[in-house]
Amino acid sequence: MSIYFTKEHEWVKVKEGICAVGISEHAAHELGDVTFVELPQLGKQVKQFEVLGSIESVKAASDIYAPLSGKVVKVNEALNDAPEIVNESAEDAGWMAWIEIADESELKSLMTREQYDEFLKTL
Amino acid sequence: MQLIYEKSIPGRKGVKLPASDVPTAAPLPENLLRGEKAGLAEVSEMDLVRHFTNLSRRNFSVDTNFYPLGSCTMKYNAKVLENAAALFAPFHPMTALLPQGNDFCQGTLGMLYDLGQMLADITGMDEVTTQPLAGAHGEMTGIMLIAAYHKAKGNRKRYVLVPDSSHGTNPASAAMAGYEIITVPTAPYGDMDIELFKKAMNDEVAAVMMTCPNTLGLFNPHIKEISDIAHSHDALMYYDGANLNAIMGKVKPGDIGFDVIHVNLHKTFGTPHGGGGPGAGPVGVKKGLIPFLPCPRIVMDDDGRFGLETANPGSIGRTASFFGNFGVMVKAYAYIIMLGREGLIRASEQAVLNANYIKEKLKPWYDVPYDMTCMHECVFSASRQLKQGVHAIDIAKYLIDRGYHPPTVYFPLIVKEAIMIEPTETESKATLDAFIEVMIEAAKTAESNPQALLEAPLTMPIGRLDETKAAREQNVCCLV
Amino acid sequence: MNDSHYCPHTPAEIKEMLSAIGVSSVEELFSPIPAELRAKTFNIPPGMSEFETLARMRSIAAENSGAMLNFIGGGFYDHVIPAVVDHLSGRAEFYTAYTPYQPECSQGTLQALFEYQTAICRLTGLDVSNASLYDGATACAEAAMMALRVTGRNRIVVDGCVNPFSRQVLKTYLFNLDVEVVEIAPLDGLLNRAELAGVLDDGVAAVIVQNPNFMGCVEDFTSLAEEVHAAGALLVASVYPISLGLLKSPGEMGADIAVGDGQSLGNPLSFGGPSFGFIAAKKTYIRNMPGRIIGETVDKEGRRGFVLTLQAREQHIKRHKATSNICSNQGLYALRGLIFLSSVGREGLAEMARLNRDKAEYAKERLAGIPGVTVLQSAPTFNEFTLFLPKPAEEVVAGLLRNGVAAGVPLGGYYQDSANAMVVTVTEKRTRKEIDQLVKELEAALCN
Repeated sequence: MSIYFTKEHEWVKVKEGICAVGISEHAAHELGDVTFVELPQLGKQVKQFEVLGSIESVKAASDIYAPLSGKVVKVNEALNDAPEIVNESAEDAGWMAWIEIADESELKSLMTREQYDEFLKTL
Repeated sequence: MQLIYEKSIPGRKGVKLPASDVPTAAPLPENLLRGEKAGLAEVSEMDLVRHFTNLSRRNFSVDTNFYPLGSCTMKYNAKVLENAAALFAPFHPMTALLPQGNDFCQGTLGMLYDLGQMLADITGMDEVTTQPLAGAHGEMTGIMLIAAYHKAKGNRKRYVLVPDSSHGTNPASAAMAGYEIITVPTAPYGDMDIELFKKAMNDEVAAVMMTCPNTLGLFNPHIKEISDIAHSHDALMYYDGANLNAIMGKVKPGDIGFDVIHVNLHKTFGTPHGGGGPGAGPVGVKKGLIPFLPCPRIVMDDDGRFGLETANPGSIGRTASFFGNFGVMVKAYAYIIMLGREGLIRASEQAVLNANYIKEKLKPWYDVPYDMTCMHECVFSASRQLKQGVHAIDIAKYLIDRGYHPPTVYFPLIVKEAIMIEPTETESKATLDAFIEVMIEAAKTAESNPQALLEAPLTMPIGRLDETKAAREQNVCCLV
Repeated sequence: MNDSHYCPHTPAEIKEMLSAIGVSSVEELFSPIPAELRAKTFNIPPGMSEFETLARMRSIAAENSGAMLNFIGGGFYDHVIPAVVDHLSGRAEFYTAYTPYQPECSQGTLQALFEYQTAICRLTGLDVSNASLYDGATACAEAAMMALRVTGRNRIVVDGCVNPFSRQVLKTYLFNLDVEVVEIAPLDGLLNRAELAGVLDDGVAAVIVQNPNFMGCVEDFTSLAEEVHAAGALLVASVYPISLGLLKSPGEMGADIAVGDGQSLGNPLSFGGPSFGFIAAKKTYIRNMPGRIIGETVDKEGRRGFVLTLQAREQHIKRHKATSNICSNQGLYALRGLIFLSSVGREGLAEMARLNRDKAEYAKERLAGIPGVTVLQSAPTFNEFTLFLPKPAEEVVAGLLRNGVAAGVPLGGYYQDSANAMVVTVTEKRTRKEIDQLVKELEAALCN
């Protein structure tokens, strides 16, 4: 399963027309201890790079943007009670939502792991 | 320390109320009554006094510690101001709103009017409303006045422009008043980047909000050019008065292109900060905005009698229940008449002197990201100390152990590891020198024994608290 | 140099400091300000000593009529203030501190505000409270903004029986937003339920009511809460905290948000301020609350302590996306509220509420006995009630003011067809003798 990244530090993993979305380990580290994740509404239609949800730590808050357009088909409710999962496993158990992909061609505007690593060096 | 509720014993009382001298009324219908009495504390007067006295001793305050909290102007609060405010305690605000009630409130209405006049002179504005209850409330009121001005001309306008060094309240207030925000970056010379500003300006900009001197403590030499450009797009200039303490008698914002200003009486005009408030945020405007000022507006007739203009078709309406934080205004009024012209000028001069003195003395030890003559506050960065793993917050905690309230840290947001020091004019040279010594010690300790800073504070009743736990668990009310 | 005690440097010290900075004069420090921008005039009068200042303030205060017998309310109430409130809140460690950003050296303020939040929750019957807002009217507006965020809707319905000043502030807050405010005209001094039902649809974010309302009437909004919730809106109840010693709390009625003015809790009238606004809500809305919130936590050793929490909602972090722009609040007056509530305590607040009602009922009965005077009968009342006079209330009230009696608040300026109506307030401070005096004065005024 391939993983892609956005410049806003979201990751997306694609499998059979569905993608899982979360924030990168780099972003989770920068935020510090996550205290709250605002998950999107099930069934919500989102456009690529529109606000999907938000995430808070003690001293920071940031929006999470949808890496791809589509419909939210599942949210990670475990994060409601245990937002620390994002710190412990940002790119796996810390996923936030599944999106039914509307247009796979949008993947072209995202970065591969290697490209993202290069991008991080420029920050 | 135990909570007051944990000291509570059922049946105990802290005060005796007057006995009833009227018959007992028939009871209210059951459905209107509360089920159980509210679970308030039940303590004796002695218990109560000891509880709050001991709590108070767990605070640093201006009266007990040097408190150089940047952007907050923690100057000494003259005791006589408290005496002055107490004189006005019995006056009911509703009296002034009764028919011909203003006849019985000539003192209080007149004082508000005079305070408005004096603030108008200090800021170079034409009229001042005293209604806004704090700085941020003044900002919101000011932006609403600007919205009303544009609406009256048939314009909606969409944006308010702020520099990235602005106080968070600026964009928050503009957003509450219905605007989208455009943020303009700061240039290497420490002020809003004038070229980027020109690019960002357009006819849909309703206002430009500036703090001048800005949150880096620097006076923007391009300010007139900025206001000219803004005005050419019919955008109004908003002055955030948080840093007015730097310029009293030296510059009047109204003279240099600003149209609207709020002043923080609890900063510049020596009224106490109250552990978080109350402040007061009177708003001054230029002539063109007077028709939109909040109601009721205090007016003086030809005979010198004061009254209230309650209905004004152009007004944005009320922004507070009555006339603002009146008690705070009494204190600010007394402060201004006591210091007078020369005293206010001297306050600004010595505030600026003290800040520059600290900046020069600490410059060898801490990085100064924008190194030029500052106004009433100076901003350092702990970036040098960060190389040893010491953050601005660690230096702040070390200062607590040494008996100093820390400066503002991590603001302005554009300075990495920011340490923002505002000494104010009321501190003596001896106090400044002692503080400088301790700051130098902190810098030396960051080199020699960084771990010591990371463990501070050690002398307080509690150590560093787990803020993540607080945010995750949200225990904001005692349940027992 | 009569103010040198506030600016302590001697000329020698100033010289020394200037030379450390490397400039020759204080004036040189102002050189970043272009000459053409410098102030041309500065007309503040010369200063004076603190003794002269206080004398001047005394003479200003004396220009007001000091000895007014108050039967007026309208949001601010003349209640007893135990001496401990002034003394304890007058501790400089409290009043000369600021926002407790550094918890280790601010536990006094933080714990007190946590105790305050607890008192407000217990009083209102709701789960969470913030650390204060500016006043009752702005708290009401903040509650409306909160409901707009929670529901994503854009209409606010407000009962016309809500304090007119609160309604005006609400409209000011919303005037440049795309939000509609629908006001329901009162029916016999009460919420017009039928008219409300007609406007309550899926566009409404909140319904705002007040108890007791501006006319003094006490209502039970329990069934209203159900109707409001069925429409997916929030119920905001504005309450008079002293009345909560007796009356059903917003939480018991099912309200989602409670707001009010804390002036009556140990704060002087002081010509309208400072007081404080309170706001409490169901826990599920905590992230949409405005302003500071204090939370409990521990340090490394497991010792309990208190911190500012959920700061990611606030302007200093979230800037234009913050839940509110509020920064400074009314902390010292919230502290006074806590000291007051802890002083009167659980039994004392109930006793005080009963005293208020007993005195008001006595006054109501006596005043209703004046020929031509009637009382609004549509609902029970707490410590305020509406009287109908046989002549215009404004004229009567203006006349009685000259006798040193503030007899009531005429309703004509606030409601249509109410020229002869006025609201009378009777707190526990008014003695039977004073009430009898009001009766006598009013009777005399109506005879003329």
